[in-house]
Amino acid sequence: MSGAADMQVYFSAIAAALDGALAGGERHAATFDAEETDFVRLNQGKVRQPGSVSQRYLGLRLIDGKRHAEHRQSLTGDLAKDIATAVASLASLRAALTDAHDDPHLNLPQAVASTTTTRNGSVPPSADVVERILAAAHGTDLVGLYAAGPVYRGFADSSGQRNWHAATTFNFQWSLYHRTDKAVKAGYAGFDWDDATFAAKMHEARAHLALVAQPARALEPGKYRVYLSPSAVDEIAGLLGWGAFSARALATQQSPLSRMENGERLDPRVTIREDTANGVAPSFQAEGFARPPSIPLVEHGALVGSLVSPRTAREFAMSANGANSYESPESFSMDAGELATADAMTALDDGLMIGNLHYLNYSDRNACRITGMTRFATFRVQHGRIVAPADVLRFDDSIFRMLGTNLEALTAERELLLSSETYGCRQMSSATVPGALLREMQFTL
Amino acid sequence: MPLDSALPAIDIDADFWSLRFVDEATDSYVVRKNVALPFATSLDSGAMATVYVNGGYGYAATSDTSAGGLRRALARAREWAAVTARHAIADSRALPRPAPRGSYASPAAGSATLTRREWFDLLLAESRSVGDDPRIVDWELSVDVVRSTQRLVTSGGGDVVQRYRFLLPSASVTAHADGDTVVRTLNGYRGICQQGGEEILARFGFAGSARKIADEALELLSAPDCPSGAMDVLLAPDQMVLQIHESIGHPLELDRILGDERNFAGTSFVTADMFGSYRYGSDLLDITFDPTRGEELASYAFDDDGTRAEKTHLIRAGILMRPLGGSISQQRAGLPGVANARACSWNRPPIDRMANLNLEPGKSSFDDMVASIENGVYMQTNCSWSIDDSRNKFQFGCERGRMIRDGKLAEVVKRPNYRGISANFWRSLTHVGDASTLEVLGTPHCGKGEPSQVIRVGHASPACVFADVAVFGGDA
Repeated sequence: MSGAADMQVYFSAIAAALDGALAGGERHAATFDAEETDFVRLNQGKVRQPGSVSQRYLGLRLIDGKRHAEHRQSLTGDLAKDIATAVASLASLRAALTDAHDDPHLNLPQAVASTTTTRNGSVPPSADVVERILAAAHGTDLVGLYAAGPVYRGFADSSGQRNWHAATTFNFQWSLYHRTDKAVKAGYAGFDWDDATFAAKMHEARAHLALVAQPARALEPGKYRVYLSPSAVDEIAGLLGWGAFSARALATQQSPLSRMENGERLDPRVTIREDTANGVAPSFQAEGFARPPSIPLVEHGALVGSLVSPRTAREFAMSANGANSYESPESFSMDAGELATADAMTALDDGLMIGNLHYLNYSDRNACRITGMTRFATFRVQHGRIVAPADVLRFDDSIFRMLGTNLEALTAERELLLSSETYGCRQMSSATVPGALLREMQFTL
Repeated sequence: MPLDSALPAIDIDADFWSLRFVDEATDSYVVRKNVALPFATSLDSGAMATVYVNGGYGYAATSDTSAGGLRRALARAREWAAVTARHAIADSRALPRPAPRGSYASPAAGSATLTRREWFDLLLAESRSVGDDPRIVDWELSVDVVRSTQRLVTSGGGDVVQRYRFLLPSASVTAHADGDTVVRTLNGYRGICQQGGEEILARFGFAGSARKIADEALELLSAPDCPSGAMDVLLAPDQMVLQIHESIGHPLELDRILGDERNFAGTSFVTADMFGSYRYGSDLLDITFDPTRGEELASYAFDDDGTRAEKTHLIRAGILMRPLGGSISQQRAGLPGVANARACSWNRPPIDRMANLNLEPGKSSFDDMVASIENGVYMQTNCSWSIDDSRNKFQFGCERGRMIRDGKLAEVVKRPNYRGISANFWRSLTHVGDASTLEVLGTPHCGKGEPSQVIRVGHASPACVFADVAVFGGDA
């Protein structure tokens, strides 16, 4: 069985079988996630590990009154066998409910909202793409991962709700190395592979590699003016995704942005939203709650909203807004500013152009102070011109300074960055962010 | 799933093939703020096929472990090997073709566990012991019970079955007052993670731990921030594990040294020419790869490429001896290594990972180490970690500190942080705690690889003293 339509039929058949296997008063909610992915790992312009992964998982929740229990199970793709497995899982959950406690925070969708989204891309066979990549990278020390194929997400419950989200995509993330840690990072991801677009991106990466190949400069710790590329801003957005916008974290004073509930503000030009309408994440979450097209989180520097999971909504008397259980953004969006990206180096004048950040973490979560490293293409800029690649530096600074008192400008152009994360499965999330010019940023090591 | 039974007949034109089966069941119990979350369980089963042909290497993973599913996976793996052979970074004709025979079982691998009701009752009792102080704003108790069976079959007659049982208890308490929030955990998030049964709970004092860490969280609320300055640090085992993991474990991974990880996790300041001569740390530093310690999280008999696992010194008396590299990396680098080619599950290929990476105990008692410090801080329980892509410039933070003055433990401080450079830091190791200070910890969440993998690693370490470290506190 292959193709989005076939896979949807397969999941629907399992959901129907689950409907028929319920006892009186029981309800079920089922999730489905699957993918058929080619992964080709590259190093030194050669193939390190080529392979394919075919996986499909059923998540099943059985609800009886206020009690519920959950089971996640890999499936084989043999429909008859998988239906039997699903029904047996239901029976196991029924037994587990005998030991379960009433859950005061159980929250189920009140309305049936079925959706279907299918986007089939045009991606050449992976082996062909690898040939093109290696030809384009000839003579370079290229290292990276090419991942491609269909990804499926589904939801079904005994109320008759059916949600389906399928997309065939590719995502090639690569680096061109000059030596040791001096490299250029690049990426090309989307639905339709285009040789000309790829060639342009590789050409750009090769041009930047020439800049990286210049003698590097070791910089003293201290304060520097900084231009953060959209990729660097995305790294910061990723860290903020770890609890900053979580309604539960805010309610329990654990959010690094908790101070914003007491009046602390970011720069008025900072506006952040969960923008499902313009992202690649499904329009439904794992418990079947629909996601609104957009959720304002920060408007003109003020915290105005949060991501509320169904469970948090019940616990703190809020309204759920389609958040996942971690209450982290999946379609992060930061509004653009007014600085033309083409003018960023001139505006920076004297400082650091940071292409990428690495390994961010909270150094003082309570103060939203974060630390991390510069990585890949980071340059010393003087008089608006790149004068040398910079050796890696550690920063340790507060978001309230970086995106607050020290924010000088945001770029007028934004980049849509599709997640390349592959822990467990290929992630369907994205960030749309501008670059940021900072008056100063604190570097410590 | 053919975990015990004979495999279907495999007829494939290849230089070598293997099938690695994984069948893993997890039961999860969570109680948050005296409310039991729904019981959650999972069962993940599948197989990874690997094929060498014409100098190429390919893999294919499938959750269809029927005879037809396995044959299709092997055919797909062979196709990858054949079509990319001329671009392969390593000629698979030169790679080892293991045929291991043997088995492994965790302590208590086959024993019964508590019932669902008993687990929830245990966690609820702990949760209720936290009490009703309004400054305690959140708390959570949890445990994962994991059973995993893995079988590796190779074309040359290899057949290994390894049965694991893991227990991962966790406890955390969050306190808030006057605009400040602090978190205290039992040895960090999932820091307690071992192979075995419920005896692990008693080993770490799980019963009674919630009240203890709640008291410590309240104590931290009123504690001053850690002062800044250069001073000696005494690191508890639940910070040492992170220090070892990030600034010894990852830089010694041979695939990082070979460049495989440069697009993702990063490279290493360690280079191939350093082995055998480079002074990594002071004479007191002895680091071992030790898969033989039964209760430790990543003990096993064979790695996922079929190499037999043995205890090996990686750093002896401060001198770097050998990397963390499995058989394929060893072949590529021309260096000796260890049996550490590991995959997180059936759907990811093996890569060089830490397994159990331990700092061998020394001769200093805890009191001796405290007495040796004129001005310093004792740091417990990692809560923040960051290090550069060469694994050199690091900054780590802990949940709790205690100042040490004139050889005596003094007041509690919050948010103790320190930073340093791996290449220098270990040379400032001045005392290594004796066996009485050693704890066997680890993490089930070590991330790495393209495609990415989260894997279990174990770290056993005593408390240790480092001289003249850059220490600082929070940004209140």
